[in-house]
Amino acid sequence: QVEQVKLLDRFSTSNKSLTGTLYLTATHLLFIDSSQRETWILHHHIAAVEKLPLTTSGCPLVIQCKNFRIVHFVVPRERDCHDIYNSLLQLSRTAKYEELYAFSYNPKQNESEQVKGWQLIDLAEEYKRMGVPNAYWQLSDANRDYKICETYPRDLYVPRTASKPIIVGSSKFRSKGRFPVLSYYHKNKEAAICRCSQPLSGFSARCLEDEHMLQAISKANPSNRYMYVMDTRPKLNAMANRAAGKGYENEDNYSNIRFQFVGIENIHVMRSSLQKLLEVSGTRGLSVNDFLSGLENSGWLRHVKAVLDAAVFLAKAIAVESASVLVHCSDGWDRTSQVCSLGALLLDSYYRTIKGFMVLIEKDWISFGHKFSDRCCQLDGDPKEISPVFTQFLESVWNLTEQFPQAFEYNEAFLLQIHEHVHSCQFGNFLGNCQKEREELKLKEKTYSLWPFLLAEQKKYQNPLYNPDFSPELTLLEPNTVSFNFKFWRNMYHQFDRSMHPRQSMFNLIMNTSEQNKQLEEDIKELEAKIKQRNGQSDVVFVKEQEQTAHPAPVALKIPPCFQKEQPPMPVNDAVRTIEGSNTADNRYSELVSEFSKAEPAVVSLEYGVARMTC
Amino acid sequence: MEFAELIKTPRADNVVLHRPFHPAVEGTLCLTGHHLIFSSRRQDNAEELWLLHSDIDSIEKRFVGSLGTIVIKCKDLRIIQLDIPGMEECLNIASSIEALSTLDSVTLMYPFFYRPMFEVLEDGWSSFLLEQEFELLSSVTNEWRLSCVNKEFSVCPSYPSVVIVPKCIDDEALRKVALFRHGGRFPVLSYYHKKNGMAMMRSSQPLTGTNGRRCKEDEKLINATLRSGRRGFVIDTRPLNVAQQARAKGGGFEQEVHYPQWRRIHKYIERFNILQESFIKLVEACNDQSHNMDRWLSKLEASNWLTHIKELLTAACLAAQCIDREGASVLVHGSEGTDSTLQVTSLAQIILDPRCRTIRGFEALIVREWLQAGHPFQQRCAQSAYSNSKQKWEAPVFLLFLECVWQIHRQFPCSFEFNEQFLIMLFEHAYASQFGTFLGNNENERAKLKLPQKTMSLWSWVNRPEELIRFQNPLYEANSLVIWPSVAPQSLQLWEGVFLRWNRPSRFLEEAEEERMNIIKYNKELQAKVNALRRQLAEMETDEEAQEE
Repeated sequence: QVEQVKLLDRFSTSNKSLTGTLYLTATHLLFIDSSQRETWILHHHIAAVEKLPLTTSGCPLVIQCKNFRIVHFVVPRERDCHDIYNSLLQLSRTAKYEELYAFSYNPKQNESEQVKGWQLIDLAEEYKRMGVPNAYWQLSDANRDYKICETYPRDLYVPRTASKPIIVGSSKFRSKGRFPVLSYYHKNKEAAICRCSQPLSGFSARCLEDEHMLQAISKANPSNRYMYVMDTRPKLNAMANRAAGKGYENEDNYSNIRFQFVGIENIHVMRSSLQKLLEVSGTRGLSVNDFLSGLENSGWLRHVKAVLDAAVFLAKAIAVESASVLVHCSDGWDRTSQVCSLGALLLDSYYRTIKGFMVLIEKDWISFGHKFSDRCCQLDGDPKEISPVFTQFLESVWNLTEQFPQAFEYNEAFLLQIHEHVHSCQFGNFLGNCQKEREELKLKEKTYSLWPFLLAEQKKYQNPLYNPDFSPELTLLEPNTVSFNFKFWRNMYHQFDRSMHPRQSMFNLIMNTSEQNKQLEEDIKELEAKIKQRNGQSDVVFVKEQEQTAHPAPVALKIPPCFQKEQPPMPVNDAVRTIEGSNTADNRYSELVSEFSKAEPAVVSLEYGVARMTC
Repeated sequence: MEFAELIKTPRADNVVLHRPFHPAVEGTLCLTGHHLIFSSRRQDNAEELWLLHSDIDSIEKRFVGSLGTIVIKCKDLRIIQLDIPGMEECLNIASSIEALSTLDSVTLMYPFFYRPMFEVLEDGWSSFLLEQEFELLSSVTNEWRLSCVNKEFSVCPSYPSVVIVPKCIDDEALRKVALFRHGGRFPVLSYYHKKNGMAMMRSSQPLTGTNGRRCKEDEKLINATLRSGRRGFVIDTRPLNVAQQARAKGGGFEQEVHYPQWRRIHKYIERFNILQESFIKLVEACNDQSHNMDRWLSKLEASNWLTHIKELLTAACLAAQCIDREGASVLVHGSEGTDSTLQVTSLAQIILDPRCRTIRGFEALIVREWLQAGHPFQQRCAQSAYSNSKQKWEAPVFLLFLECVWQIHRQFPCSFEFNEQFLIMLFEHAYASQFGTFLGNNENERAKLKLPQKTMSLWSWVNRPEELIRFQNPLYEANSLVIWPSVAPQSLQLWEGVFLRWNRPSRFLEEAEEERMNIIKYNKELQAKVNALRRQLAEMETDEEAQEE
């Protein structure tokens, strides 16, 4: 506990600050300012802590979080600052899974609730929903004991004609043993999305079993014998991989395939891209042109567009040409997960529902071994393994929700909350890198699943504009991917910078109004029933009197709170309509105030003020 | 001149109309004196397109064999393409459109021929008189007076015939001040902040010249707005060096020695010709669907459009801040005081004055701060972003203002009585309209053209209840606060409703907007129903009680 700590406004150029007390708990850092407002930061969310050079007012400490919150404290005594710094470093770096928050988090659920929570998402059920197993596809027990591929789930769906020797042979020819398996089955088109890793083809190697495997996939599609093989990497990268004995499919060796590169960059490019973006967007007094050129130079939106373009290509191959598609990148757990899941989201409206989106993440990300632990740096590990691949996926989905405001059951808050918990390590779902690891950690016994908690508060995540009839079950969502449709996701990257958001939130207003409408409908029903009852009663006065004497209280008790006093229309909205923090102090031009108040040679200081204000 | 002379081919059949995101339609094209009319009478989708010739910004023609194609680019930024069979027909039609869309004489414009099909409930030409404004002002302060010194437009040709000035300054002094200010635009009241009695005035630059000329009356005039012992701020919309250079041409700025109670802030806002360039570049960038991400972002950046938005909003916030937070009076001017000056004063009022956020109040603001204040609409809106003529006077000064209002609207969606459509409608009518409101460059010209007698006012149409419905914001709830927008680049957005309006499929967005409105509307219905039922129940209860007694 350190007192008299100052919390600075990240974007203010004046030294305006909140003074309060900083506490460190076992799991959180807590700051309570003088007006008793609390700022909680989970230790696991801390991405970096930095001590800046000592100033006259104290020792500055900057904490960057994985949810893009950046807080800037000034601690009066250097010694305290040093202590906090060291403790935070220790607390935010965990060496063992068992030390993560999820293992100590106790949401007061009993054991059966915990088990039920983990059973909420059942992938076998999901494959059944898609229509497999069927005449062409079957469940394979080849990987039942993780013998063929450690990073795949136990249950895998493959073409019926792919025998075990073919599977084994193919897996030996694929990086990390990740052989082609079913990711999504489109029952109307009888076409499939399959996923794998790159073939170990080098410059000329081939593998008959792998060729058979692909043939089996194309034969499993009666509507189109051609299949696409999408290599989601840029061609140059794929070619470079050949030198290391990896590479891509040679069209001459595989019959009936159409090979296609789609050019999504690798995890390192994505990491540094987002880093550049955050550097720019975190600049104080940023000019429009610096922002736009920073946005361009970071390449971030270009990457998001590339991911979505690839997904559109995939979805169209299936919906328009009824062709099956095999997707891979290098290891088949980053770009492949992005493209397969987004493609399925465009094809199948189920994934645009709250439950469906959970299933999609469980299937294409968690079960197929997207390395959440490494990518999100859950344990103190190799910084080169960190990459915002999943964040990018969420951003692509957000872009779709912007273009199709009525197609999604969930809203932006849902995406943000999932992002929050991918990094929070509070629930077991995203811990570890693959299913095998999760089983070894006994996560289902020792931790809780996130999904039931999100479902329990799903009101918060419902899109009030959602129209289930917007697109019938299997109609393709065709987004426009012209560059100007991609926008900077302010609510993600500046989620905690309140001064940048609209001061009146249209979104909250619509959310609350829609919520209130449901309540009002109930109220009307209740009132009408009451009036009807009274009408009936006035016919038989005696009965009514008897009843009244018998039960004097309940009538009054049953009245929902909103009836007890006269209220102005739209009571719920009042709070929303009020303007949040609208004052000059919250804005960039506000710094003038302090300039004004100084008695100084006027023009110079004012122009300085203006210059500072606008730069 | 007869329009018929210009129309060589009044009608062409089997014309195909192409619009982005719409299937091509075949139909008949007709040219009239003021309209291009395309109608398709196919049974499954009969549709008509009426386009004012004055809405056409530029036309291009090309031929493939005997099939001619005309590409029409409109001032509202829409681009349509017409395939016309027959080379001669196509040439005739193209040249007619060209001639009809570039008529020199104002009196040949459509507003002089337009006969409204609606009953005029309220004549818009007299809806917003300065006298009414003054009456409102008089109810809170008696420090100001209405001056008719400019009755014959002789003192300042670009000012209206009446202006509001400090009470202690007589007309004689005003005449002297007018000689000291560029174009005779002496300081007049733009806005009075009731909360603290501070005033915002606007003018043009003082004509100090190189020898530092001064004008005692000018000093007295603006000092009259100061409380004793308090200072005021002059917001000059030019950078210091430009203001200094202006002295060589007889212009200048208020020097400290002569205006000791005033502090000058130079808050640069681009001149109109720079804005036009920026506008053209932005529209070019938005119209090219093939740009990859880097190219799009760099084009967006190179247009500088959002920079102008940010600068303008910042300047307006600064003026508002001086008045509301510093409790100081403000004088705003640039060079002529007809462009950037008006942008700043009108936006500052949006921020400060809740009345300006109502439909009527916003209309009054446009009349007061743009039309009467002498923004040269005729010159500025003669051409839009597709003009290939060498630019002279055209500039999207008013559009930039509307966009800034839209940016604030986005940040405070419940604080405005009007919606985005209202702003877009004003943009369209400023550039091409059946109404006379935006014709002429100032009140003087409008009086000479007898616009109030000969044309219909836009306000006569807009303020009819059946039209207003389209422009009302159902989320509106009056709030009396000053609304401070964020000007961070992350908070600003491209105005898609104008710049991407024709370049992207908008059906889903429109349907979503409709759904939003339905939720609000339904909420109001439910509220009403609950209230009614509650009353009914209460009545029944009292009746019963009465019976029991």
